[in-house]
Amino acid sequence: MTHAIADRLLVVEHLTMRFGGLLAVNDLSFAAGRGDITALIGPNGAGKTTVFNCITGFYKPTEGRLALAHGSPALFDALDALTDRGERSLRRGDGALFLLERMPEYLVTKRAKVARTFQNIRLFPGLTVFENLLVAQHNMLMVASGFTFLGILWPFAYGRAEKAAVAKATLWLEKTGLTERADDPAGELPYGAQRRLEIARAMCTDPVLLCLDEPAAGLNPREKAALGELLLSIRGDHATSILLIEHDMSVVMEISDHVIVLDYGTKIADGTPDAIRNDPKVIAAYLGVEDEEVAKVEAEVGL
Amino acid sequence: MSAEAPAAASRVDFARAFKDAAVAALLAFGLFLPLIGFETVQNIRNELVLETRWPLLFNFVALVTAAHLFGSLVVTPWRERRALARRRAEATPSQAPSWLGRLGRRLCYAIGLGVCFIGVVNFGSDLTEIIDFIGAPSAGAGFTVLAALLLTGFLIGVGYVFMRFGSGGAAAAGHLIGPAGVGFLVVFPVVALLGAGWGGAVKWIDNFGIQILIYVMLGLGLNIVVGLAGLLDLGYVAFYAVGAYSYALLAKTFGFSFWILLPLAGILAALWGVMLGFPVLRLRGDYLAIVTLAFGEIIRLVLINWVPVTNGYAGIGGIPRPTFFGIPFNASDQGFAAMLGLEFSPVYRIIFLYYVILGLVLLTAYVTMRLRRLPIGRAWEALREDEIACRSLGINTTNTKLTAFALGATFGGLAGSFFATRQGFISPESFSFMESALILSIVVLGGMGSQVGVGIAAIAMIGGTEFLRELDFLKAIFGSAFDPTQYRMLIFGSALVLIMIWKPRGLIATREPSAVFKEKKIISGSLVKEGRG
Repeated sequence: MTHAIADRLLVVEHLTMRFGGLLAVNDLSFAAGRGDITALIGPNGAGKTTVFNCITGFYKPTEGRLALAHGSPALFDALDALTDRGERSLRRGDGALFLLERMPEYLVTKRAKVARTFQNIRLFPGLTVFENLLVAQHNMLMVASGFTFLGILWPFAYGRAEKAAVAKATLWLEKTGLTERADDPAGELPYGAQRRLEIARAMCTDPVLLCLDEPAAGLNPREKAALGELLLSIRGDHATSILLIEHDMSVVMEISDHVIVLDYGTKIADGTPDAIRNDPKVIAAYLGVEDEEVAKVEAEVGL
Repeated sequence: MSAEAPAAASRVDFARAFKDAAVAALLAFGLFLPLIGFETVQNIRNELVLETRWPLLFNFVALVTAAHLFGSLVVTPWRERRALARRRAEATPSQAPSWLGRLGRRLCYAIGLGVCFIGVVNFGSDLTEIIDFIGAPSAGAGFTVLAALLLTGFLIGVGYVFMRFGSGGAAAAGHLIGPAGVGFLVVFPVVALLGAGWGGAVKWIDNFGIQILIYVMLGLGLNIVVGLAGLLDLGYVAFYAVGAYSYALLAKTFGFSFWILLPLAGILAALWGVMLGFPVLRLRGDYLAIVTLAFGEIIRLVLINWVPVTNGYAGIGGIPRPTFFGIPFNASDQGFAAMLGLEFSPVYRIIFLYYVILGLVLLTAYVTMRLRRLPIGRAWEALREDEIACRSLGINTTNTKLTAFALGATFGGLAGSFFATRQGFISPESFSFMESALILSIVVLGGMGSQVGVGIAAIAMIGGTEFLRELDFLKAIFGSAFDPTQYRMLIFGSALVLIMIWKPRGLIATREPSAVFKEKKIISGSLVKEGRG
């Protein structure tokens, strides 16, 4: 059932998350390919956001292993050895292997380079759009400012890094069409622009994997089309793979390379968009079935 | 905008205003009759007799009525006119300034030119004349020249601000207000000496100048924690106490000088800031406030009860006074005055202390301003806006919070050690919760995160309470039996309530962006979060 992926970036194995008696994610295993747009779909309450929170370090999973490789996928061969050693990560040459479930959330972004957005937008509303993008480059600028000491004593040392940060912010302002509003407070932007800004802000952390939680929610059809183009350009131009939670099937089917379907915390399908579209289990999970057909469909899907 | 509306807005409804005022008067009469109209006093035979205070009651009612009439006849129409003018200005944006505006600008320009002229003439005029004017007891000519130079520079600066305002309007002069304020602080002792003479200047420089600047410094320090990082700290006075006791104990035990102990006190206070920071990292909002409140009380109780070290309630006296880089300010032959050939006066030490605290305040303000433009300052503000989003961007929120606590505490500690050397005596009573509340209200009243706001609020709160001691003129209204100093805190509290109703986000309710892409836009306070810890 698992979709075959040649160049794996993220490997999720036996991920289980319990909240007290509630089993939110049940033994989920999947892989996301490097350079792919992987979509995670499913009805409300299927556990998609829980999976996201586990990957980005906001939740510690009850069980399971979440591994992410920078550079060569051959690094995954060292995965079991790394797990046994009890360490968080392994560096080899210019590549690195990370066990995300062992890292606090800020290191997941800082070291493993996984960025995320939120289902209910979380911008810094009182900071300007431009400042939002600079905050995202905090770690790079912190080093450049000599962890603040140098920045206070010798104000000029920090100039070059700041220039680079401004250049990156400018690039993403242009890409998301927010250049005109760069000096406006983020809280004043319309909803669609706030969604774009959240993506731009996440991209300013230079991620290898961008996790988007319902980026198309609340957008009109034109904004949805623009979002699809933006995501394709992120994948194409910036070597950033995307993991996506989305309810809007037009967006999912158009841009995804690989779709995983969750229902009640369990994976019910995994494959290309075309395969998913015609999967009877997915159709049953999404649309439900007539009362008379329940037994038949249950037999068919193996319940 | 229809044509009738302005007419309707500008017509004042006198009948209605008087009717409302009569109702208010009636209400005031009913309310104040039992409270103020009657008084029970014991007579000579120890009997309780009822006395009436009709004149006082009449004055209260008259005051309420007059205030009501003033509100409905003057303030309301003025506000309506202003709102109307603003709408009109929006409708026709490029409007030439009215003849009144032009006249005002020309007047400003003329005043500016005049002030510059006075400044130059003042300096050019015979300096001995100034000495006579100050009535200085054979003060060193060098100091007089310095004072005259400062004053001249300041007058020329003020004149320049006026001229800029006259030629370019508020936009051109706006950014000069800050430097003008700093300039005024620098010449303040000279102005006080000129205005109040050598005897009266002590009160102005010490009670107003130094006192206010200590609170400005404390406000700026707490502003980092509360205003920028959004962590509600009700125990800030603890760091003030740590700084003061560090200085007092180390100076008395080891005899270190003020300039060595000042940074040391700052570092010790920072350590305590980190110590407070660690346990409260996981707490937010109200819980954080309660724990910081408890921390402040713990420090105070330790100071009270650890008698062998802190001397308990009795406090520590005889704390070494600051020296002018080794030269003491006393009447001896090695004293500051004698060394410079001046006649001894306590004013020199006060002026020196004034410039020390002014330097500390400017240092605090500069460091904070710089930090806001560095990643750490932006991370503090981001933390105030949304902590989860900060973590999702790879910001270590633990370190960020700890640096905010540590830096805020450092400035509190510096202010504390200055306080100890200025007073010469400290006791736990100076570090009660009331002080924390006062510093916090300076930050909140000023507008969270605004440095200028903190300055204005400190002047209003500390200067205000000092100024309210001098309310003898109220006796003319309420009779000679009325003791205005008893109402000092009541008046002050009501003023605070009124200001917070008028400006709920503080006096400076806007946020200035820390980085500008193309054009600087001021951010409305309604968008800025207050932080939940």
